[in-house]
Amino acid sequence: MIIHAIFFYTFSFIAIISAIMVTVSRNTVHSVFFLILDFISISCLFIMIGAEFLGMIMLIVYVGAVAVLFLFVVMMLNVAQQKKILFKETENPTHVPIGLIITLIIFFELIVVIGGWKYKPELLNSISTQTLTETSNTLSLGSILYTEYIHLFQLSGMILLVSMIGAIVLTFRKRSGLKRQSYLKQISREKDDGIELTDPEFNKGVKIDD
Amino acid sequence: MWHYINLLFIETYKILFLLIPLLVAVAMIVWLDRRVWAFVQKRRGPNVVGPFGLFQSLADALKYIFKEIIIPASSNKIIFVLAPIVTMTLALVAWAVIPFSENFVLADINVGILYLFAVSSLGVYGIIMGGWASNSKYPFLGAIRSAAQMVSYEVSIGVIIINVLLCVGSLNLSDIVMAQKNLWFVIPLFPMFVIFFISALAETNRPPFDLPEAEAELVAGYQTEYSGMMYAMFWLGEYANILLMCAMGSILFLGGWLSPIEIYPFSLIPGPIWFIFKIILLFILFALVKAIVPRYRYDQLMKLGWKIFLPMSLIWVVLTASYLFYFNLLPNN
Repeated sequence: MIIHAIFFYTFSFIAIISAIMVTVSRNTVHSVFFLILDFISISCLFIMIGAEFLGMIMLIVYVGAVAVLFLFVVMMLNVAQQKKILFKETENPTHVPIGLIITLIIFFELIVVIGGWKYKPELLNSISTQTLTETSNTLSLGSILYTEYIHLFQLSGMILLVSMIGAIVLTFRKRSGLKRQSYLKQISREKDDGIELTDPEFNKGVKIDD
Repeated sequence: MWHYINLLFIETYKILFLLIPLLVAVAMIVWLDRRVWAFVQKRRGPNVVGPFGLFQSLADALKYIFKEIIIPASSNKIIFVLAPIVTMTLALVAWAVIPFSENFVLADINVGILYLFAVSSLGVYGIIMGGWASNSKYPFLGAIRSAAQMVSYEVSIGVIIINVLLCVGSLNLSDIVMAQKNLWFVIPLFPMFVIFFISALAETNRPPFDLPEAEAELVAGYQTEYSGMMYAMFWLGEYANILLMCAMGSILFLGGWLSPIEIYPFSLIPGPIWFIFKIILLFILFALVKAIVPRYRYDQLMKLGWKIFLPMSLIWVVLTASYLFYFNLLPNN
């Protein structure tokens, strides 16, 4: 068990340190990398408590997809330049009080939430029964998710779909004057209509299809 | 305490027993790649060092070791050094769950296929880190191209894996292989195998999808600023990833270590040999594609991933699920 404890404390130490580094580090790209490290160590913790499915899904979804897009956006921004414009070192720092107020609000909310938190008595029973059964993690999750919580599950899927469509609609704009490739048009071209004989007028030329 | 130390030593031996042959195999596979490539183009290929040029990769490795490692002055040094290490580590770490035969597997975990998928989706970080930390235009463009490409094709690979899992009913890799005892999944799921193969090409940045390192436009993509051993590590990681994809393909569709027919002369050959044989077969296909097919355009690549492969594999999920459901063939039922 001592090895287990060593691993647990290592991963949690890395998780906390990297979470602090996300906010502290000056370079935005570095903080995204620390965020990724945080995700990875948290998924290691998930695996250690036996929630292997959750841990792997965390790796695939958060690290493999979400954080990549994060990194993408952050790398595209010219952070160093914007920092100079937004946070000038010589001026009076106006952003500190705003940040402090927001931090205090979040801190207060956390206190309220944790202070009013009571353990569900049924929860403990369900945990103990869960560990006794010899079913695999994935099976037990699936059998709950697709039966008891199917409506919530579908609802969350719907919300994701709607937000995805919304994002596409917001960013989509049809530009005119663009030449697009149409496979159907290319494939259905025949030898006969490939060449067209025209009789151009003098000084006018031929208008090629646009 | 001694118990743990003993355990540690045994595991270390096992890991070394897996890793050293793997690294040798990577070196050999590079030689095979170049030979197949040359064969298609009617050239000789590497044939000078050793018999049939077999030691060419070793000679190359020696050259890389003795070359100077240059770290660009304006690069982000820590991440620049970290990038090839991440690529190589992730490529090797995934091999822990690959079953070579029934009891010849390092870690027989319950969520093996998810682990493989997770590790292969982490592979993109090595490339992004290398491209960004180089602090130069070509590597950055290469890294961005590669990130978009790998994320897109991962989606269709994930859906294809769901197809196979529907037929198996378990995420364990050994279970996936054993479910193919009577019929390899390549036969009922043949379209998925084709899509998996093409997506694997894109996922490993192989031609015809090697846009991240397109030499005509981006010099060498994310590897442009790398030299010496660090370049070699990128290269080793890339080929280890390709082998991994071949192994994944043979486990998911070609029945892993199972022999094609269970009759006398075939059943004598041990499982690992069959498995390696299948991996090599898939790899030769990879190499042939590299030699034959010209490079894709980037918009065509994206269109193929999102508009053709993703809908097709999703439709196939519906088909597989409904077939299994109506004929009462669902596993764990």
